[in-house]
Amino acid sequence: MTKYSILSLARNAFSYHENWPEAWRSPEPKPAYEAVIVGGGGHGLATAYYLAKEHGITNVAVLEKGWIGGGNTGRNTTIVRSNYLFDASAHLYEHALKLWEGLSQELNYNVMFSQRGVMNLAHDQHEARELKRRVHANRLNGIDAEWLTREQVLEFCPILNGDPTIRYPVVGATLQRRGGTARHDAVAWGYARAADERGVDIIQNCEVTGFRITNGAVEGVETTRGFIRTGKVGVVAAGHSSVLAAMAGIRLPLESHPLQALVSEPVKPVIDTVVMSNAVHAYVSQSDKGELVIGAGIDPYVSYTQRGGFSVIEETISAIVEMFPIFSRMRMMRQWGGIVDTAPDASAIISKTPVKGLYFNCGWGTGGFKATPGSGHVFAHLVARDEPNALAAPFSLERFSSGALVAEHGAAAVAH
Amino acid sequence: MFVISCPWCGPREQREFSYGGEAHIVRPRNADELTDEAWADYLFMRKNPKGLHYERWVHSHGCRRWFNVARNTATDEILAVYRMGEAPPDLPGQQPPTPCGEPAIGSGNKAIDADGLTGTGR
Repeated sequence: MTKYSILSLARNAFSYHENWPEAWRSPEPKPAYEAVIVGGGGHGLATAYYLAKEHGITNVAVLEKGWIGGGNTGRNTTIVRSNYLFDASAHLYEHALKLWEGLSQELNYNVMFSQRGVMNLAHDQHEARELKRRVHANRLNGIDAEWLTREQVLEFCPILNGDPTIRYPVVGATLQRRGGTARHDAVAWGYARAADERGVDIIQNCEVTGFRITNGAVEGVETTRGFIRTGKVGVVAAGHSSVLAAMAGIRLPLESHPLQALVSEPVKPVIDTVVMSNAVHAYVSQSDKGELVIGAGIDPYVSYTQRGGFSVIEETISAIVEMFPIFSRMRMMRQWGGIVDTAPDASAIISKTPVKGLYFNCGWGTGGFKATPGSGHVFAHLVARDEPNALAAPFSLERFSSGALVAEHGAAAVAH
Repeated sequence: MFVISCPWCGPREQREFSYGGEAHIVRPRNADELTDEAWADYLFMRKNPKGLHYERWVHSHGCRRWFNVARNTATDEILAVYRMGEAPPDLPGQQPPTPCGEPAIGSGNKAIDADGLTGTGR
């Protein structure tokens, strides 16, 4: 494989960039694999990559019903942070953030990880106390977190509405300077290329239609391109997790909802950080192309239509204009929806199932993108060793019967 | 977004309503005998199907009454509206053709027909 570098860039410039080799193969599915990953998004591709890299399992297929990165990996607002409240989530997301920090070098693929800071606004005293609690909890877990006063917030992000007489004035904010954004498609493509280099077969347009299970153990997967024999199946299907679980007779505590996002026309640099608000409820950053990338809460009903309702967009935009009156004349260019699998405690499920050899990594809900490297890393461990590591153990399905929920609704920052 | 026909107020925009989640989940009567797993199933586990879904809605910004709706979650088509306490209507043939298959109309990937009615999904 071509190593991407300044030299390969220069060399290919001489042929007008028409002779770049394909970044990954498109092989025919083999009849059998040691492990099969269902879902070719960032999490699934990362799982395959770490299976090959960390556990030496290279006879792996990633099955994707559409094209890789075409689901929520390509539909999120690209925010990366790790400022979660409880120890279990803080450790998991911080593990991911540390992997993000070296990801472009590791994959030899520029994921454009930009640590521009993530600011979570407080609009009243109660919220300020809750967020300060989170700052302290983060610091105890070794995660960078700062409390900014109102004046510091307005200095850090001058275009915020600092008027103290509005309905939801800014009274302060948390700031995680190591947080930021990354190029979402590049994450899928980078992991795909790196996994392919280690021998993983990435099979697109291949939909799983069933599992073959004998004596409580998985034997393989039925797909639209035929049966594939394997003893280990890792399902990383986000919004469609319940649909796949039902094929194996498993019930999951998930509801799938549309989560919308939208981008504006491109403008010159105006906001150099990520601003999130739970109370007014919207979040915004600016892409390198200059578009404002905007999101908010889920549509309230279960749906698999990747679209959502106009009323949610209206609420999102009114929240953005409340916080940033400067944006009131901006025109929005595109809108879309992704199907997010929300869990009752707003935390992920990384778990074995009653079926031997069948593993699920789901429930990331509205905030899975930031976890992509860490999620793949710990899920590869679970699939390879049949045991979760210490980071993944608190996120098993058993927590719903034991009661040891990891309730992260506050830190999830998106209402659901 | 879609229009929901409230059994009492008629067709209204979806945002007038609040969602009540999966319908026909009955609280177990033998609470003191239930295992933790059975409680978890009642409290947390959901069908969450792609296709026919029986669910509850309340007309929050209208008559404030609850009712049940049968909706195809792959298309957001409303197939039936029925009152609380009634049995779910039998509506065969509403599942998508393949478990993850995109329906002919109404999915985010394939835009609805110009007149919205001629797709094979109806």
